[in-house]
Amino acid sequence: VGNTRLDDATLDEIEDALIMSDLGPEAAGRVREALREQRFGAEITERQLREAVAEEIAAILRPVAKPLEVTAFPRPQVILVIGVNGSGKTTTIAKLAHLFMEDDYEVMLAAGDTFRAAAIGQLQTWADRVGVPLVRGPEGGDPASIVFDAVKRGTDEGTDALIVDTAGRLQNKRELMDELAKIRKVLGRLNPEAPHDVVLVLDATNGQNALSQIDVFQEVAGVTGLIMTKLDGTARGGILVAAAQKYGLPIHAIGVGEQLDDLRPFDPDLVARVIAGVA
Amino acid sequence: MFDALSDRLGNTFDRLRGRGALREQDVRDAMREVRIALLEADVALPVARDFIAKVTEKAVGESVLKSVTPGQQVVKIVNDELVAMLGGGANAEGGEDGHVPLTLDAKPPVVIMMVGLQGSGKTTSTAKLGKLIREKHGKKAMMASLDVNRPAAQEQLAVLGEQAQVDTLPIIEGQQPVDIARRALESAKLRNVDVVLLDTAGRLHVDEALMAEMKAVASVATPTEVLLVVDSLTGQDAVNVAQSFSDEVPLTGVILTRMDGDARGGAALSMRAVTGKPIKFAGVGEKLDALEAFHPRRVAERILGM
Ligand SMILES: Nc1nc2c(ncn2[C@@H]2O[C@H](COP(=O)(O)OP(=O)(O)OP(=O)(O)O)[C@@H](O)[C@H]2O)c(=O)[nH]1
Ligand SMILES: Nc1nc2c(ncn2[C@@H]2O[C@H](COP(=O)(O)OP(=O)(O)OP(=O)(O)O)[C@@H](O)[C@H]2O)c(=O)[nH]1
Ligand SMILES: [K+]
Ligand SMILES: [Mg+2]
Ligand SMILES: [Mg+2]
Repeated sequence: VGNTRLDDATLDEIEDALIMSDLGPEAAGRVREALREQRFGAEITERQLREAVAEEIAAILRPVAKPLEVTAFPRPQVILVIGVNGSGKTTTIAKLAHLFMEDDYEVMLAAGDTFRAAAIGQLQTWADRVGVPLVRGPEGGDPASIVFDAVKRGTDEGTDALIVDTAGRLQNKRELMDELAKIRKVLGRLNPEAPHDVVLVLDATNGQNALSQIDVFQEVAGVTGLIMTKLDGTARGGILVAAAQKYGLPIHAIGVGEQLDDLRPFDPDLVARVIAGVA
Repeated sequence: MFDALSDRLGNTFDRLRGRGALREQDVRDAMREVRIALLEADVALPVARDFIAKVTEKAVGESVLKSVTPGQQVVKIVNDELVAMLGGGANAEGGEDGHVPLTLDAKPPVVIMMVGLQGSGKTTSTAKLGKLIREKHGKKAMMASLDVNRPAAQEQLAVLGEQAQVDTLPIIEGQQPVDIARRALESAKLRNVDVVLLDTAGRLHVDEALMAEMKAVASVATPTEVLLVVDSLTGQDAVNVAQSFSDEVPLTGVILTRMDGDARGGAALSMRAVTGKPIKFAGVGEKLDALEAFHPRRVAERILGM
């Protein structure tokens, strides 16, 4: 690895690498500018250069790293999990339940996806594996009435955390987004504080569309934090950089596999190094 | 779908057409705008780069710059390249609109195998195809889930099979994918099934064990069609995914799902270039009739606002 001078060609290369990591042209351009301002013309090894890129990105990500904690009183803490189809909501719920159980919290799940084929069966299997109760209704039933029952039961039993699954929906589907707003409203009927958390699950393999997902879900359902799944592949999740700059929403955790213990705290330095290609 | 891309390209094109004479630098500036528009729409970087290089080379030639309507000529070059990128070029294999249909006229049972990343829409697309084959092609279809990983995956396909009125292979708890594939083929032969659809578990292209399993299934089932199911929301990772899957199994086509979203559609533009295989269908919703034949030329027209 020889020395390079930080010139326009090298900056172009960095910008391209960042685009390949899904930062998008705008955010990638901003990182490029920051580097140029600080070090243009400097002799720098490729390693140092990548470290510098990682540092730029880490500085953007650090302020938004914030674990999801169970603190609500009165109980339960209601966590609504939302996102587009197939992003990993149901699996992430199982992982969160597992994590909270390991910390000795009592957890309950609610099967708010009554639409997708066998969605309830999928969540039931996870609930059994984790060893937590699931509040469920009939396939095709009204999700709002199930989540209402769940809050009631969670409150009666004094459960620490109630995690609510929802059907996947694309953010441009008006009717489905209205339904989500309704679910959110119903959650607050017995306890005005609920939902305490509205977690948007983003798929790392998604590109710039993730920004529009954040935009619309935040407006309709008041997103309070993000979890990014599928970071065990080659997708690097650069969209988080753009998201941090644009929305500043907390990032709680990342998914790195299909099993229960495949949820990791969001480590901004590590993710930055992955995006910059140092880790 | 494509609205954002369409708007941005439209603005660039209007400016190009609006000028009388064009200098080489004007073309290069316009191409920089096109490049950003493509990248914002999640077109894979190598594909975008290649596209820009090709268009630029053609567009800065004397015959274009010196012509009476240089702007118009450049727009036409972009247009033609875009159509080619989507698989609708003059030499592409499809029919009038560039659509490449399923190959179903092989010796029955014809096997269609679905592969792709986790959550891309394989199971739903399997059921949609099953329904299409029964209704539109008038053939007897059967579906089998080889997904022994995701909780309730086989149950999901069974439920969808009922909705689609397409038989599903009875579930045998604990049976492994290769054995399920064998059983599906035997059952299909016994029951005179024309087309067997094999739904497989989602897998990451870097997961060696699961990629090997997929290969093993393919070698047992000798599919006529191996369809890569890709989420149209996919970003830059599309290249890695497409290349890895096509290295491991003989892909015959692509299904793009969630085309009902407001993604900028970059994956649609990249997939053909990266796999070299036609995009055969677009998933446009969660319901089982929400599947459309993919027509490259019509899609190009939509992007270019024609
Ligand atoms: N490799 C990997 N796969 C994941 C991860 N999280 C979820 N998955 C897989 O992604 C697929 C979809 O996950 P689900 O949890 O069903 O997604 P969902 O958002 O609930 O999907 P819908 O309810 O259909 O909208 C499944 O095959 C999961 O096993 C992850 O972090 N890494
Ligand atoms: N809006 C929309 N949703 C779709 C489309 N195709 C599939 N889906 C949804 O996407 C989610 C995932 O679909 P599946 O068919 O379960 O995906 P899969 O690839 O089989 O997932 P795994 O088996 O976990 O890898 C479900 O919620 C589907 O309803 C589509 O074209 N449009
Ligand atoms: K996805
Ligand atoms: Mg789900
Ligand atoms: Mg599936």
